[in-house]
Amino acid sequence: MATLLRMPEVAANSTHATLSAWTRQEGDTVAAGDCLAEIETDKAVVEFNAESAGVLGRLLVQAGQEVEVGAPIAVLLAQGEAAADVEALLQAAGAAAAPMAAPVQQSAAVVSAAATTAASDAGERLRASPLARRLAAQRGMALAGLAGSGPNGRIVKIDIERASSQPAAAVPAAAVSAPAPAGSVGYAEVPHSNMRRTIAKRLAESKSTIPHFYLSVDCRMERLLALRAEINAGASRKISVNDFIVRAVAVALREVPQANVGWTDSAMRQYQQADIAVAVSTDTGLITPIVRAADGKTLSQISAEIADLAARARAGQLRPEEYQGGSFSVSNLGMYGVGEFAAIINPPQAAILAVGASRQQPVVEGGELKVGTVMRCTLSVDHRAIDGALAAQWLAAFQRAIESPLSILV
Amino acid sequence: MAQETFDLLVIGGGPGGYVAAIRAAQLGMKTALVEKAQLGGVCLNWGCIPTKALLRSADVLRLVRGAAQFGVKAAEPQADLAAMVARSRAVAAQLNKGVTHLMKKNGVKVFTGHARLQGAGVVSVTGADGAAQVLRAKHIVLATGARARQLPQLPGDGKTVWTYREALTPPALPKRLLIVGAGAIGIEFASFYRAVGAEVAVVEMAPRILPLEDEEISAQVAASLKQDGIQVHTQVALEQATRAGDAWQLTLRQQGGPQGTLQLQADVVLVAAGIVGNVEDLGLDKTRVQVEKTHIVTDAQCRTAEPGVYAIGDVAGPPWLAHKASHEGVMCVEHIAGLAPHALDPRRVPACTYSHPQVASVGLNEAQARAAGHKVKVGKFPFGANGKAIAMGATTGFAKVVFDAGSGELLGAHMVGDEVTEMIQGFAIAQTLETTEADLMATIIPHPTMSESMHEAVLAAYGRALHI
Repeated sequence: MATLLRMPEVAANSTHATLSAWTRQEGDTVAAGDCLAEIETDKAVVEFNAESAGVLGRLLVQAGQEVEVGAPIAVLLAQGEAAADVEALLQAAGAAAAPMAAPVQQSAAVVSAAATTAASDAGERLRASPLARRLAAQRGMALAGLAGSGPNGRIVKIDIERASSQPAAAVPAAAVSAPAPAGSVGYAEVPHSNMRRTIAKRLAESKSTIPHFYLSVDCRMERLLALRAEINAGASRKISVNDFIVRAVAVALREVPQANVGWTDSAMRQYQQADIAVAVSTDTGLITPIVRAADGKTLSQISAEIADLAARARAGQLRPEEYQGGSFSVSNLGMYGVGEFAAIINPPQAAILAVGASRQQPVVEGGELKVGTVMRCTLSVDHRAIDGALAAQWLAAFQRAIESPLSILV
Repeated sequence: MAQETFDLLVIGGGPGGYVAAIRAAQLGMKTALVEKAQLGGVCLNWGCIPTKALLRSADVLRLVRGAAQFGVKAAEPQADLAAMVARSRAVAAQLNKGVTHLMKKNGVKVFTGHARLQGAGVVSVTGADGAAQVLRAKHIVLATGARARQLPQLPGDGKTVWTYREALTPPALPKRLLIVGAGAIGIEFASFYRAVGAEVAVVEMAPRILPLEDEEISAQVAASLKQDGIQVHTQVALEQATRAGDAWQLTLRQQGGPQGTLQLQADVVLVAAGIVGNVEDLGLDKTRVQVEKTHIVTDAQCRTAEPGVYAIGDVAGPPWLAHKASHEGVMCVEHIAGLAPHALDPRRVPACTYSHPQVASVGLNEAQARAAGHKVKVGKFPFGANGKAIAMGATTGFAKVVFDAGSGELLGAHMVGDEVTEMIQGFAIAQTLETTEADLMATIIPHPTMSESMHEAVLAAYGRALHI
């Protein structure tokens, strides 16, 4: 029997997703499990796989279109069924919707939603020229995230060309051949990706609505570095300083569970386990995969998990549940030589730890000047959820874990 | 000395300048325009419009001459050149008044005189009486246009050596007219003067007439001109021009093909061999504005190298077309106002030649498309297979379209035949809206019209033409 394939809820509570590319075409025979399309959410691209075998009878949505979750995107035919079955199914789907609409004439929203055809999106109309739509489809690009430069934001050919060329390549293309007039600055505009929009929206919201405060601490690293060298000496896969830090954060959260909380308008969210979000930089932007229940995992488990998550994050292959949620975040820029910095909280979490580089510097120990290896960490805290003394208590627990690293191992 | 400060000051009141001024006024700018001769510029007073009036007279003449084939008995018509010219001047005068009215209606202050830049934001205007006044403006748009190029062998005397200007107001019909240059201007005058009875020869350096058009279009026009009795010589360079009694004796060297010289005699020579930009005596030397080959160098937003100074239209380079100037005027002013219009895409500027038959095109021709690396799909449909064209007795010519095979982008469209200049806008809209062949095929074209040939040409490009 012909079946309607519908846009899945790829991310929790998402209302829309972009069908970024069809990987199979109309008329293709597909087996259960075959990838039919790629669906782009705000943070990742996921595969849309066939649940049963059949023939792709009709694609109802163009590549690049943003589609409501649950809306039909294609018709899958059983072997032997013909195009007529596609029509029959689509008509039946329309007919099923119509009677539901009839009794609720007063509710314009419901009527219009029911009247929406399979292929069209009840949301905002995507303005794009026919040529732009075709070029985007041929290049497997999503139109939904593109900024249109035509009238009323219409996406036109030049927008597709700008988006498909690298930002570096776009600069000379946008620069004009005529002399650059004195005093003017040339620039190229690269349309935002979904990911960039999400980062912009969430961080602007966080920084402008959460009352951040910041606490810094210097951690002595000699013992941790010695321990790490000892562990790595015999290991095939090396444990990084960052792995120790994530584990130390988990240990500190276990010791001071009042800091493992999130702020919501109605209630304080007390997390039951330490789900540590680790900021990973990718070519397209920042993403924070999560090490679940890090307080119950060994250092080597955490290390392996972070390596896997980071690699897949950079390949754009994370599933939404792998980067959504989390109770606490760690952002480490030490490998770039950053001494110290303050990070922006990722709501509804209430804290994020910004980790700087381990550096040799003068330290005073028992009235004597010595050379020590020091790592400066700065905790950003949501004052609505965590007060200063509690934050200081948590930071002290973290510092103890770093400076007495054997406690991390147990 | 009076001083006034404007948001925008336009120098030159042609189709680039006066349109820029109107758009600026619409956007709320305090706008001034300086014109030293006539509002409307060459286009309206000495170009596009008065030539169309003359060519209309030629059309009427041609139609009456052929009346018998439509079953109408009419006496042999007589061309009254003086009356044709008078009508042409009246048409130009009417439109000139119209522009004056438009300036007033939009609150654009018009100054008559010669404008010169005097450093940042300062322009002096010298009137015919020699009185000067100083104007200040935040933005200055140069729209001074262009004029006919003179040939060293043929210094213009206005009597036996003409430019378009003299050709529009002939005191009498020359017996033998030789036209140097087979671009749009040369070919239009060739059509007109042949229709009213002159012996006409056209000489062109390029390998074909209308060298910017598609090769097949040039070939069709050349065949039609020859059929009307116009001599056409291509690939010839003017070497020498001497006076032989009351006539000109021209020696032309043949280039490419058989080497040799060609001797032609004429009573009047019309020089239509390109134009030069009006860049002299504008005070540009006091600015950073750069001039190359008589044209002002600008970027995609019509900015010159001098901040606050812009250039549009003919003075800023080819294509030398009024509608290009107007479009640049609007775009330039919108940029100044902080809007974000798209840069002018030269591939979307239509070009029309009002000869008999007419020529209209937009975008790349077939050779250009191939040279640009496109894999192309080309479709052609002759008016001889179009019902309306047969009924009208207008079967000469065809429509031709060039698509990118991969994307279905309409790269160019080329037409030759009656009234094709009124039809090309359909393809221009299609290009601007970025329709593909699918949308053009899905468009319903009214029957019977010559425009159906446009649809058929699109279908033909994909092997789907219905009537051929």
